[in-house]
Amino acid sequence: MQKGIDKMEINAVYVLWLRDIKRFIRAKSRIIGILMMPLFFLLGLGLGLGSLIHLSTGGSYLDFIVPGIIGMSLLFTAVSSGTAVLWDRQFGFLKEILVTPNSRISIVIGRILGGASTALIQSVIVILISILIGFNIHMSPALILAPVFMALIAATFIGLGLTLGSFISDFQGFQLVTSFFTMPLFFLSNGIFPISVLPQFVKYITYANPLTYGIDGLRITLSGSGTFSIWTDLAAMLISTAIMIALSAYAFKKTDVG
Amino acid sequence: MHFGTGFSMDEAIKVNSLVMQFGKFRAVDGISFSVNKGEIFGLLGPNGAGKTTTIKMLTTLLKPTSGNAYVAGFDIVRDSNNVRKNIGIVFQDPSLDDELTGRENLDFHAILYNIEKNQRDKKISQILKLIELEDKADDLVKNYSGGMKRRLEIGRGLIHEPKVLFLDEPTIGLDAQTRRHIWDYIKKLNSVHKITIILTTHYIEEADYLADRVAFVDHGKIVALDTPRALKDKLGGDIISMQVQTGLASLEKGLKPLKWIKAASTHDGRIDLTVDEGEHQIPRLILIAEKHNATISSIELHKPSLEDVFLHYTGKNIRDEEGEGWKGRIRAMHAKRNR
Repeated sequence: MQKGIDKMEINAVYVLWLRDIKRFIRAKSRIIGILMMPLFFLLGLGLGLGSLIHLSTGGSYLDFIVPGIIGMSLLFTAVSSGTAVLWDRQFGFLKEILVTPNSRISIVIGRILGGASTALIQSVIVILISILIGFNIHMSPALILAPVFMALIAATFIGLGLTLGSFISDFQGFQLVTSFFTMPLFFLSNGIFPISVLPQFVKYITYANPLTYGIDGLRITLSGSGTFSIWTDLAAMLISTAIMIALSAYAFKKTDVG
Repeated sequence: MHFGTGFSMDEAIKVNSLVMQFGKFRAVDGISFSVNKGEIFGLLGPNGAGKTTTIKMLTTLLKPTSGNAYVAGFDIVRDSNNVRKNIGIVFQDPSLDDELTGRENLDFHAILYNIEKNQRDKKISQILKLIELEDKADDLVKNYSGGMKRRLEIGRGLIHEPKVLFLDEPTIGLDAQTRRHIWDYIKKLNSVHKITIILTTHYIEEADYLADRVAFVDHGKIVALDTPRALKDKLGGDIISMQVQTGLASLEKGLKPLKWIKAASTHDGRIDLTVDEGEHQIPRLILIAEKHNATISSIELHKPSLEDVFLHYTGKNIRDEEGEGWKGRIRAMHAKRNR
């Protein structure tokens, strides 16, 4: 009996993952939309602004900012995936899932895995485009950890999106609240400038921001240099992912099916 | 498996004084009833009467404020997971993923209920055949018509072979022809597949046509519960209206001693009589009228409908509140508070 239940929970995770993948592949306009913002940032910041900037740490600004832009695009798509909960509530599919004999935690995990997978595909496309416009990818064994960091960034912020989506039931409110979270999360991280240039009190804020460690991890694995050690980054991201999954599972448990 | 107080093996659903309180508003106010195995049971009432809230509690989506209920032998609060395994639900609002195909919607549902791959494909093709969506199975649901979506939802609710099927307003917003079609499915499911069905509706004809027994729900309470036939009989019979041209007074006098006329009233030259089996009484009445030299210009026979029964118990038409949607519901809430 216990085994049967476990199998069911795995099934639920699988179905929700598969659903996200299928929907992602079918929504061609959405894929283009998702890629537009990182592309503009790459061109504007990476090439435009980057030609004026000489980093004290050495290296090109484009190499510095590509991991930051990947982190940003992961942050934005992940948080907005919380909208999916709103849509599902709006169109009733949430009810269909909630009346099946599966626990809500499996539903949350399936959602996060699905979102993380699509975010990963998106990041790979951004990296390929970056290479085309001159990003020097740093070839080292650490490169295999890059997808791990991407997945952890995605999971952390999908967790945030799901948590917000569980509490907020109208779309406009959700958009307002998400930008209230995403903007500071991005600008108060090491995304577009090194932490070392910041005043001391702002540094503390960036240290408390999980995105800082995620982007630092990406910088080490993709560009070859970072601020912290890769293990610090990894540990920080694992902790933030665990916290956000727990939080979103709790919030989702409280959510009203309407 | 454990059974609660007074739960019998023949009962698919047993509800004991179920209450749902939203703040100050009591949506469901101590409802009790039981549904026999293999029965089609109808909850009939205006919008906002508490039908959907009752269904939400029975399907474990809402925790009751007080009272208890057993579905397929399991307590809806303590044993909600087992309840979920044994029920199928078709919600009032659509609950399909319309960016997936019909087949994918069915397949995902089957996976969520832990049905093995080979079993799954077989079941899905059976269901698609039953709901006549075989040709459209691989189209995205967003390209389906309203009736097709509804059929797909009913089909989805059946894949895991539930013991009890909940249908919340199964034909709301559908055209007359599609509605008829869905009714036939529901009948077939019940008679061929022996599935117990509980449905809510605010369409009188639907309850009358489908349900073995009907419970009238108004302001969160059951005001009457019986077979449609028995409910109508309780009104005391059919009404015959005769428009009398001449000889009204003598005809009235002639009718007075007759025992089979249960009630009579006269206004504007018309006599209204309450009788049993009105169709058989009309010829007798014509003979009586002739005997008393009265001329009748027209005779109307009115068989009581469930609508009349509802009116009798609640003092209002079930449709009074229908067209107005939320306004009607607000009014119902006010009426409730001021009581």
